[in-house]
Amino acid sequence: MVQIDQQAELARAGANIEGRWDAIVHFSKNFPLAVTGIVIVIVFVVMALFAELIASHDPVQTNSALSLGAPSADNIMGNDMMGRDMFARIVHGSRISLIVGVASTLLGGAIGVFIGLMSGYLLGWFDLIMQRIIDIMQALPLLVLALVMAASLGPSLENTIIAISIPLVPRVARVVRSSTLALREMPFVEAARAAGMVELRVAIRHVLPNTLAPLIVLATAQLGAAILVEASLSFLGLGVPEPHPSWGRMLSENAAEYARVAPWLVIFPGLAISLVVFGTNLLGDALRDILDPRQRG
Amino acid sequence: MATYLVKRFLLMLLTLIGMSIIIFVLLRMMPGNIVDIMFDSAGFVDPTEKAEIEKELGLDRPIPVQYMDWIIGLLKWDLGFSYVSEMPAADELGPRIPITAKLAVMALGFSVLFGVPLGVISAVKQDTALDYTLRVISLSGLSLPSFWLALLILMASLALFGDIPIYTDPPENLWDELLLYTIPAAAVGFRSSALIMRLTRSSMLEVLRQDYIRTARSKGASENSVNYSHALKNAFLPVTTIIGIEAAFLIGGLIITETVFNIPGVAHFLVEAILMRDYPIVQNLVMLIALIVVTVNFIVDLTYGALDPRIKYGE
Repeated sequence: MVQIDQQAELARAGANIEGRWDAIVHFSKNFPLAVTGIVIVIVFVVMALFAELIASHDPVQTNSALSLGAPSADNIMGNDMMGRDMFARIVHGSRISLIVGVASTLLGGAIGVFIGLMSGYLLGWFDLIMQRIIDIMQALPLLVLALVMAASLGPSLENTIIAISIPLVPRVARVVRSSTLALREMPFVEAARAAGMVELRVAIRHVLPNTLAPLIVLATAQLGAAILVEASLSFLGLGVPEPHPSWGRMLSENAAEYARVAPWLVIFPGLAISLVVFGTNLLGDALRDILDPRQRG
Repeated sequence: MATYLVKRFLLMLLTLIGMSIIIFVLLRMMPGNIVDIMFDSAGFVDPTEKAEIEKELGLDRPIPVQYMDWIIGLLKWDLGFSYVSEMPAADELGPRIPITAKLAVMALGFSVLFGVPLGVISAVKQDTALDYTLRVISLSGLSLPSFWLALLILMASLALFGDIPIYTDPPENLWDELLLYTIPAAAVGFRSSALIMRLTRSSMLEVLRQDYIRTARSKGASENSVNYSHALKNAFLPVTTIIGIEAAFLIGGLIITETVFNIPGVAHFLVEAILMRDYPIVQNLVMLIALIVVTVNFIVDLTYGALDPRIKYGE
């Protein structure tokens, strides 16, 4: 006979929670990985917002005396070849990384939502053409398409964002299209239509909100991918140009020549990239578990 | 089935034609061409000389004419000449393809070898410390940039052995070659193995919840028999898809890894060709990648049907 500990079961289900703090504690017990992810992401967002306050040094100020300086009390992450403070560059780099990551995810997401919603709603020739265009876009790996796009647009912050956002479109469009197809036959959508609502309004007010859960899950996964692609493009010299401090470019500038003499130039930027992507991935997993429990694994 | 095959084939063809147009236009949009880059490095510009070279390369003609030229050449298996080396593009690409192919096969082998068993273990031991550890490792596999991982490996090997395993001369025998490719293949394969592990895990969990598993348990089947012979067989289906897709998408990771390890494969060559505006190399290479991706997708679809008789093709 299995004994059921009623108190424990109740606590697990979240009964007797009083106040916000209790709720937070309860949440972090249930989703430890999610909380870790949220904390990591918050740290990087704070770093990006208050870069000037956190890093006392100027990220672009060169100083030949400190060239390749090892980590010290004043420059806790050392200095690069031009004597720039690595800690300041890493902190300011979070701004570039997050701006590019968030902006390209949002841009790609917006285009994808538009295409997906219209495709699933209008069907017919529009859908047919869009599906073929998406097929074409999916025929290249993300990084290859982003690489060619970045090269053809030319190096700038805005172009890097565009180059990364376009390869993100197909998956968003697919997800939104398939949920739209399912939703448009739902009784509540029929009802809205019967009540005399204009199609566009039905699409935006009733269909779109119901596609949000899978969309948010996908977007967090894509945010991590976008940050990685930015780092890769910058590493290859096709991403964000000087003077923006980009983690990926820091690695390529420093890696080849100074890995032997100044390993901190390789370790810290890579650690920053990995941590922020790790954080968004943890967050994405947690959101998936919460928003879409059927996929919970 | 026959109609489905024909339809799929036509769609593949359409995708490839569309890709050829897009890549052609994107390349011509690039700021500067090979002639600009050559003259930039020479330091002075003589407009007549520049125009002459552009004419020689055919860059002065209208873009649709250039495009038709390329496509007609492709149909005759004439890939044009590399602008940089002035060698036939086919001769430039030919020797590089096997190198990248070997790396990709090794990376994929590595990722299946680790990804599938670890995913199964993680699912069977769900919510234990082992499961959490494996999940965190797999998530970090998706988070570490492969080039950083490669750099770390290079630095570690420098510190431990005083030597770095980067490509200098072509390896002498197969064993040397395998040894040389192991580390880059592992660096690339880490990401795919993480993906495969996560998918195997969630697919296993999905299957383990089903009724026939409960039936097998209630009939007294051993834990091992339930997990490995009843569940794994069915859980493997979606995993084959991701393995197939990863096979084609590994080229993305290889671009960077080949660059870091200085391996003369096609992925590294693509970046060089893009930077040099070597159109014939880039456009043919991109078409090759697209061809591989659509072919692999097609094969995956067919395997799916072979593995799961419930799936029927065609509407």
